[in-house]
Amino acid sequence: MSILIYAESAEGKFKKVAFELASYAKKVAESLGTTVTALTVNISDVSELGKYGVDKVLKVNNDKLAGFTAKAYADVIKQAAEKEGTKVVLLSSTTDSIYLSSLVAVALNAGFASNVVGLPVSTSPFQVKRNAFSNKAFNITQIDTDVKVLGLAKNSYGIFESAGAAAAEDFNPTLGDNDFGIKVDSVEKVTGKVSIADADIVVSGGRGLKGPENWGLVENLAEVLGAATACSKPVSDLGWRPHSEHVGQTGKPVATNLYIAIGISGAIQHIAGINSSKVKVVINNDPEAPFFKVADYGIVGDAFEIVPQLTEKLKAFKAQHS
Amino acid sequence: MKILVCISHVPDTTSKINFTNGDSEFDTAGVQYVINPNDEFGLTRAIWFQEQQGANVTVVNVGGPDTEPTLRKALAIGANEAIRVNANPTDGFFVAKQLAEVIKNGGYDLVIAGKESLDYNGGMVPGMIAGILGSNFLNSCTSLTVDGNNVKAVREIDGGKETVSTTLPLIIGAQKGLVEEKDLRIPNMRGIMTARTKALTILEPVDAPVNTKAVKFEKPAPKSAVKLVSADNLDELINLLHNEAKVI
Repeated sequence: MSILIYAESAEGKFKKVAFELASYAKKVAESLGTTVTALTVNISDVSELGKYGVDKVLKVNNDKLAGFTAKAYADVIKQAAEKEGTKVVLLSSTTDSIYLSSLVAVALNAGFASNVVGLPVSTSPFQVKRNAFSNKAFNITQIDTDVKVLGLAKNSYGIFESAGAAAAEDFNPTLGDNDFGIKVDSVEKVTGKVSIADADIVVSGGRGLKGPENWGLVENLAEVLGAATACSKPVSDLGWRPHSEHVGQTGKPVATNLYIAIGISGAIQHIAGINSSKVKVVINNDPEAPFFKVADYGIVGDAFEIVPQLTEKLKAFKAQHS
Repeated sequence: MKILVCISHVPDTTSKINFTNGDSEFDTAGVQYVINPNDEFGLTRAIWFQEQQGANVTVVNVGGPDTEPTLRKALAIGANEAIRVNANPTDGFFVAKQLAEVIKNGGYDLVIAGKESLDYNGGMVPGMIAGILGSNFLNSCTSLTVDGNNVKAVREIDGGKETVSTTLPLIIGAQKGLVEEKDLRIPNMRGIMTARTKALTILEPVDAPVNTKAVKFEKPAPKSAVKLVSADNLDELINLLHNEAKVI
């Protein structure tokens, strides 16, 4: 009956989304009168999960799962859900979890709602609120199946500690050769840089920065804040920055705590992609730029003067507050 | 190689999003529809396989007659033929079930579907098709080459990329990178003329359970006005971010 979460990890450590998912699961479990079971893959010390409301951990240790393979991971989650008699499976919205969610839903004959924000609107009938139309609206979805799979939108609930300890037990799912139809040959990760997916703060630049040679402005500010760097669509189309940095409706979605837009006018497609961010700051010399309509804080002025000053002031602020 | 490209018919990215009928339906008044951008990246790559490797490209959509102009556009871009499954695309699983049926009957080697659509953003359909058919599946695919039965592909991961090998039959969740924006094609007059005579087959849907339904839509609460900070008073911005917004 217990709710099952897949507690995602990387390099032997839980990702922050695992704690957010656990906090969320705890609350949903309370409203359903049940407990939270977490599934972990190749993590030796799982005690941390207890702090966020997990009651029980199913620990999978298997060398075959050393690299991420969606089908195999989905198969493991399915077997864990069946073992626990789970009615609600909760997954996060990282690239890997989105990849495996649909496979899990089909394997469990479960109705699936992705991009869920907030706690269920009602548990009988089971209704959840989801982001839709690229963050321009919400959609209340009712799930009518016995087993339900929910994908929690990133940074939409928060991390909450609760007193408790998780009991761990080993779990040995059966894996077949057909779980490994996709073979990973190599993984390239940008090192020494915060990725947009993991960042609490994103500093983003637009065409107002006039050229790729001026990106030091964005990078220096990002460095002081421990932020990831991003850019608008025209900037990536012009080849000033790699596509992996393009945020917006057809690029990466950003749901961060703080989004700083420098020289970005705020086309509707850009706003759609970043609107889930909690606090938005705009720096632009055009007071009519549409970004000012959606921002929380704005500065009208020349980014080439403001950003270096802001970077220096933040450096001093950080030195004082650390 | 037989390729099937799944096409969603979605509101243009600049559309105003409004709801009607007691906020239970999307208001289509004045909305322009386009090929879902992630599907269009996939379609353009499929056309590349057609031109360079002799692939046959079919496009498919689950929707009513009003979606046919979008399929005709895909034909004008270069797809060989089109299929429309005549049903309202109620939820991700229903659509996946219809597409899986088309794939089973058509014997496609490669199925390309955008990793998510711009309307419901569910991001479910490609994975669900793979789940139903038990095929190999690669999501967030940014590069794809096929040599005989062997596939080399790249998947975007959080903070990097992953190079994989696999074999056909394969289902991919397509996105930008598969081709670049500049590679997208605007149909020319010849394409538009020939598209009129290409086959567009209409299939009736198969039974599928309704697992989920959209019961209501809401728009985000209106935003309070921006707080403007003077460019000469950056300390005030830092103060607001620290003490009011509490994000630094």
